[in-house]
Amino acid sequence: MKALILLAIGSAIVNNVVLSQFLGICPFLGVSKKTETAAGMGGAVIFVITVSSFVAALIYKFILTPTNTQYLKTIVFILVIAALVQFVEMFLKKSMPSLYQSLGVYLPLITTNCAVLGVALTNVTKEYNLLESVINGFATACGFFLAITIMAGIREKIEYNDIPKPFQGTAIVLIVACLMSIAFMGFSGMI
Amino acid sequence: MNILPVIIAAAIVGGVGIIIGFFLGFSSEKFKVEVDPREESILEILPGNNCGGCGYAGCSGLAAAIVKGEAPVNGCPVGGAAVGNKVGEIMGVAAEEGVRQAAFVKCGGTCEKAKQDYQYTGVEDCAALSFVPNGGAKSCSYGCLGFGNCVKSCPFDAIHIVDGIARVDKEACKACGKCVAACPKGLIELLPYDAEHIVQCSSKDMGKNVMKACTAGCIGCRLCEKNCAFDAVHVVDNIAYIDQSKCTKCGVCAQKCPKKIIV
Repeated sequence: MKALILLAIGSAIVNNVVLSQFLGICPFLGVSKKTETAAGMGGAVIFVITVSSFVAALIYKFILTPTNTQYLKTIVFILVIAALVQFVEMFLKKSMPSLYQSLGVYLPLITTNCAVLGVALTNVTKEYNLLESVINGFATACGFFLAITIMAGIREKIEYNDIPKPFQGTAIVLIVACLMSIAFMGFSGMI
Repeated sequence: MNILPVIIAAAIVGGVGIIIGFFLGFSSEKFKVEVDPREESILEILPGNNCGGCGYAGCSGLAAAIVKGEAPVNGCPVGGAAVGNKVGEIMGVAAEEGVRQAAFVKCGGTCEKAKQDYQYTGVEDCAALSFVPNGGAKSCSYGCLGFGNCVKSCPFDAIHIVDGIARVDKEACKACGKCVAACPKGLIELLPYDAEHIVQCSSKDMGKNVMKACTAGCIGCRLCEKNCAFDAVHVVDNIAYIDQSKCTKCGVCAQKCPKKIIV
């Protein structure tokens, strides 16, 4: 149990997927203008990563390993992720149209969010079992959620600041991302 | 060569694909969203440029608004009456007769007519130029700068720089209004397509100063105003303006104008 909690903290905060591993930067910068949409995106990513790491682990264990075709993992995982994103899209369109509208093009972009594939592949290379895979996936996605909502909060405040002209827009956002990354470096070595 | 691994690989990927396909097919039925069929058919009729000239975020936004009754059936300025009628058929209402509009550039200061105070060799952008002294190199601070921000903004290739000033191709213009917003001098106005008499100047300077700056400038002499029998022309702030709703296209103002800038 203790090992699992440590694993979760490790992948959520210490090895934060965005700020330490630099995966999933596209939605991190693209959808972090408003806290509400950022949280929505984070929620969608949590769902997709958790389920996809579960399904990917299942497929790896019960289909790819017995048939000795582990080399197919990348292509099969991409298939699974794409299908899950499609599913989430349908689900959101039906049940939360306003969130669906505000996520816009970034929702299909989860398909190409490298964090999702990254987690599935990390699970395999680190030889996590089914439970560990799901926890790792969920924790990593929580780390993404954390990073993107903090970013959105900061960006909402930045709107009111008097930023020198050359730094306005994307430039200041990238600087903020760097500072956040440096802050999260403080966690390294904790576990 | 052993063909077996190839077949196994194909079978596994194919099998996973088929399972996923069934799963998605099933859930697309389950999570089907009821879209008003009229919305889709309206969207097919709309031009699909997503220019935003209607005030909505793209054509799909307008289609949704028309179905909800928030926008008129001829809400698309690009499609004009033709599209409006088709949409009206779907919605079961007659389209109100919309007047076709086109953009007009209210400046006639071509290279030879308008004088230049100095040579400008900076960034070729109207918005940037409007910040330099006297709002650009032209002696007239109201005139067209000729660097074509309107040209860049036009999604229909209907506006071009000819002889130093912007000129609109009336046939190609869809009156989406992008150029109106793009011009830092506010020279472009949407007027009825069949408008024949337009004052080709926007200068609010005194007549004397206008004469110095440009040979095609309105000097505010009021000859047009006095000679118009229909109360359609008025001179306000040293510039004549023709009210197109009152204009009967008689052409008297154009004849009387000493500068021949009403065309």
